[in-house]
Formats: sequence, C-alpha cells, structure tokens
Amino acid sequence: MPTRANWIPYALIAPSVVFLGALFIVPLVQTIWLSFSSDDGTLLGNYARMAGDLNFSVAIRNTFMLTLVVVPLQVALAIGMALMISKVGKGRDLILWVFTIPLGISDLAAGLAWLAILQNSGYLNSALYGLGLIQGQTGWLSQETPVTLFIGIVLAEVWRATAIVLVIVIAGLQLIPKEFSEAAEIFGAKPWTRFCKITLPLLKPSLQSALILRTVLAFEVFAVVYALGGTNFPVLAGEAYNWQNINQNYGVAAAYAVLIMAISIAATVFYLRVLRVRPEQLP
Amino acid sequence: MADIVIDRVSKHFGDFHALQEVSLNVGDGEFVALLGPSGCGKTTLLRIIAGLETQSSGRIVIGGRDVSALSPRERGLAMVFQNYAVFPHMTVFENVAFGLRMKKVPDAEVKRQVERAAALLHIEPYLDRYPAKLSGGQRQRVAVARALAVQPAVLLMDEPLSNLDALLRLEMRTELKAVLREAGTTTIYVTHDQTEAMGLADRIAVMYGGKIDQIDTPLSVYAAPTTRFVGGFIGNPPMNFIKVKAESGTVRIGPVSFVAPAGGLDLDLGLRGEDAHLSGDGSGLPFDVRVVEPMGSHLLLTGSIEGQAARIVAPPTATVRAGERVGLTVDPSRLTWIDTSTGRALARPQDSTR
Ligand SMILES: Nc1ncnc2c1ncn2[C@@H]1O[C@H](COP(=O)(O)OP(=O)(O)OP(=O)(O)O)[C@@H](O)[C@H]1O
Ligand SMILES: [Mg+2]
Repeated sequence: MPTRANWIPYALIAPSVVFLGALFIVPLVQTIWLSFSSDDGTLLGNYARMAGDLNFSVAIRNTFMLTLVVVPLQVALAIGMALMISKVGKGRDLILWVFTIPLGISDLAAGLAWLAILQNSGYLNSALYGLGLIQGQTGWLSQETPVTLFIGIVLAEVWRATAIVLVIVIAGLQLIPKEFSEAAEIFGAKPWTRFCKITLPLLKPSLQSALILRTVLAFEVFAVVYALGGTNFPVLAGEAYNWQNINQNYGVAAAYAVLIMAISIAATVFYLRVLRVRPEQLP
Repeated sequence: MADIVIDRVSKHFGDFHALQEVSLNVGDGEFVALLGPSGCGKTTLLRIIAGLETQSSGRIVIGGRDVSALSPRERGLAMVFQNYAVFPHMTVFENVAFGLRMKKVPDAEVKRQVERAAALLHIEPYLDRYPAKLSGGQRQRVAVARALAVQPAVLLMDEPLSNLDALLRLEMRTELKAVLREAGTTTIYVTHDQTEAMGLADRIAVMYGGKIDQIDTPLSVYAAPTTRFVGGFIGNPPMNFIKVKAESGTVRIGPVSFVAPAGGLDLDLGLRGEDAHLSGDGSGLPFDVRVVEPMGSHLLLTGSIEGQAARIVAPPTATVRAGERVGLTVDPSRLTWIDTSTGRALARPQDSTR
C-alpha cells in the first residue's frame, strides 16, 4: 500500500499545466486551426498561397542559410571561449560577466546597435574613412550587397546570442571532473585528442541542450534581421509578420507560424536522436 | 633504467605548505610505498611526480632525465588515480585499451594486452560494460588494469586497492607484487594501510605533515622508527611510549634500570607490545592490567606502566586477569629512545646492560 498520497505530485504540477494550457496550447491550437481555414474554403488554401508567394523560397533559403552558418559558429565559439575561461584563475568571473552582457539586451536593440555600426553613416564607415580605406559612404546593408548584408546579420546574431551557448557549455564543462582529462594526458593523449576523445563526448548532453535551444531560436530569427536588412533579407518569421500586419492576412501568417514550428520540432527530434547519450555512459 | 629521484620538492597552496623539501630516491625496479595519515601530502607528491601539479621548488628526475618542466605525457609513466578516473563514456575494454590506443598499438596486440591485464584483475566478465554499471571495487580494478596494460617503466598508484574486500585485496596485492617484480616496474604505491605497505614494499617512506619522516625497509621502519610519529603510526597495537627522565646516564622504571642514550634528558621510551614478555615471577617492569582481550592468536593486554597507558601482547595461553599486576621483561636492544623535545629517535646505547 502506498504510504504517500498519489495525487500530491499532480496537484503540484497542476498550476503550471493550467498556465501552459491557457497561454500556450490554446493559442497553438487556434493558430493551427486558423492556418487550415482559408478564405477560399479549401483546407490547404493558406499553405498554397504561402508557397506561391514570391518571397517564400527566398525566406526559406535565407532562414536555413542563417541557421546553418550562425548555430555552428556560435557553438564552436562558445566551446572555445568556455575552454579558455575554464583555464583562467583570477578574473574569471569578470570575463564571464563581460561575455554575457549581450544576453541582457533585447534582440531589436541589438539589431539597432549593429545598424548604428554598419549603416551608411555608421561607425564602421567613419572608421574606414578615417583610415583612408574608403573614399566616401559605402553601403553594406543594401540589396546590391547581399553578401555583406548576410555577414552583417551573422555578426549581429553571433554577438547577440553566443553567450547563451557559452553559459550552457561552461556549466557542462564544470560537471566534468578534471581527472578524466588528466588521466588521458598521463596515458599519452595530446591536447586535441583529449578534446575529441574526452571533453567533447562528456559535453554531449550540454551541447544537445544548447543546440536545440539555439536552433529553434535561429529559425525564429526576426528582429535583428528586420533592423539590419528590412525587406532586403526576407526570413520566415519576417514573412509571418508581413502577412499579419501589412497584408492583414491572418491565415497565411498562421501557415508560416505552423511551418516554423514544424521545422523547429524536426530539428529538435534530429538532435535528440543524433546526440543521444545512453544513461550508462554518463559520469 | 627508470629510477626516480625526487630532489627537495616543496609545494604550497597559498600559504599552506603541503610538501616541505621532500627528497626520495627510488631505484630502478624498486617498489616504494608512501605511507601516511590522511592529508599528509601523498597524493600531492604523486601528482607532482606525474606532472599534474607543479612543484613550488625542487626537481624530479626520472631515468636520469630531469622531467620537472615536462608535461605528464612526456614523462612516460602510468598512474592509478585515487578516485579511479575511469572514462564513463567508454566500455571497460576501451578504458583498459586507452593507453595502447594512444600509442597506436595494432588491434591484435591491444586485444592481447587488454585481456592479460583484465585476467590479472579478474575483470574479464565486464569488458563490454560501461563503468556506470560496475561496483566501486570493480571500477578501481579497471583503473589498475588500464595502468598495467601499457606495461609502464614507472607506475604510480594512489591507494589502488582501497575499495576491495579484505580477501580480494590480499589476493590482488600478491598478484600485483608478482607482476610488477617480474616486469621490473619502478613503482610508487600510496596507501594508508600499513599491512599493505609492509607486505608489498621493498622500502616504505612514512610521510607526516608534508615531510618524509623515515625511508627504510619494512622491518627497520617497524623495529627502529626514527621519530615518535613513525613508531606510533606503524604496528598494531602501536608502539607504547613511556615518559621517563635520564639521571646520570640511567633511566629507572620501577625496579628496572636502563642505560640512557646520549642526547636528551626528557625521553619517551618506545616499547613494542610484542617485545615485552611476562616474566612469570613478577620481576621486571611493573604492568597493571586493566583489560584482557583474547584475540585468538594472542592476548591483548591494556593497562599501565608507572601510571602511563600501554598495550602488551601476550601468548594466548597466558593466564592473566584484569586488575592484576604482572612483571615484564624487555630486551634493551629492541627499545626505541625518543628525545621528547624533538620527537626524534636517539641512537641506542651501545652497552645496554647495567
Ligand atoms: N588544490 C589544493 N589546494 C589547496 N590545498 C590542497 C590542494 N590539494 C591538496 N591540498 C591540501 O594538501 C594536503 C595534502 O593533500 P593530499 O591530497 O596530498 O593528501 P593525501 O595524503 O593524499 O590524503 P588522503 O590519504 O586522504 O588521500 C591536504 O591538507 C589538502 O588539504
Ligand atoms: Mg590522497
């Protein structure tokens, strides 16, 4: 006979279930419902309109390209930064604090900060002009310079959101006792081998969390892109915004939202499978 | 040749001195046990030899090569960690094979070596498992097997058998000794189990408070401790110390007098419980018995000599009762004299009869 009442755990999670239900599940179901109820009465009308739109394939391509460039870059940078920080003795907290400042800045503010740097009359041009490297104002973010626009957005995104990966990776590194690396070194492993054979595998659970978080957010990227590229660089979330607010077509906007969600879920499932850590392999 | 010279190595953490000018020479193929109480700096010394910790001063020379500035990898040794450090994400086989893999040994040879080491430590049934599914003692044996598999010239072991049951520990101890002797491995073996140190080592280095108090063969460390600490730390029961005063070259305890050693006036007389014998007729050192414990192989008598607590080992057949006063005869050549003020042993007087 169980001595503890069985209902207590359920009672304790009930508030959060209610909260989630009211603020997440209901709007989600409504959005899905909305995306499948088109003006022309067909089930997939909104999706057909979305796919037929001129910007659709560009937005898909841009979003994926951004994600594929930004997320690996952020993870690699974060691992490098975390490994360096873990070697620092004094001043470590200060360095970590500086590295994480961008986390406190909203994405639109971050986008505007980078706009101030990269726009025609921005700091970058002033500096380059001062150094005599350019003759006059040069556009970096225009339709004619898609490569520098892309690089600018990547820079801003990396600056803005690498710290969240860094924090997760540092927490993960701290969970790995230093003896593992030491033992590997005693038995002849060089630094790179130690990183690949010991640190990286033991960091897998943290990397999985960081990758899921960052990838999902990367597919939803909007404010930074909007600030820097405006309509020159369509992305999925931006298209949803346009259909909702400029075209006033809530159905197609909902279709975009559902598409983003589907991509995010697919990415999450992918990471969960590929980076699966069997419980018996945990330290 | 892989002898180890530890030359005046000191280590401090902040203003805490973990090691103070420790010097120790270990010959090629020799087995030296580092014995000492918890926190005396054994692990710290071992980690400095391995290169995992940097000494504050002093040198480490292995096989004639000053390795003080080399990384652990370049020192060419193997180590068993006190907390095992068995890789959780690799099977037992891959753990044991790790050192060989790093040396790019061909697969067939890896398999042979791993199986040899695994057989020695009785872990063959677990080769396919992950360490998380092993008991503490099994994991510890994986760590030892990993070190043995590379057939190192120098092997450092930090309490490698601490987690095994008494029977298995005894068996592993004997096998380790045989294997290491056969391979001619230079070994430094950390333990705080004195019977282990006695049984395994060619020489024992007794550490206390960041210093090595005595380095000698097990027999000498037992019979002729050079400090009060060593006498009290080694032996079961530990050495008895009786405070006495030397007066005109003589020490008197009850009716018995001994030639006092040259040196101090305030002395601790060190007497091993096994070195005292019941005199039968009540002559000799007066010993007031308080408790009699039959241990099977012997009787353990707890009581006092001249009001100072002492433990004496008597034959199992002796008829001694609590509350009785008995006489003890002792061989003066087996006594240890400690200068109370320094805690160090004084040379035994040459002519010890009076
Ligand atoms: N990284 C460190 N920072 C500060 N003090 C340390 C550090 N490592 C060890 N010490 C101190 O140095 C002393 C020696 O530690 P060490 O680990 O060598 O002891 P030990 O002899 O191996 O003990 P045990 O038998 O319990 O394993 C201890 O008092 C410990 O507190
Ligand atoms: Mg230790």
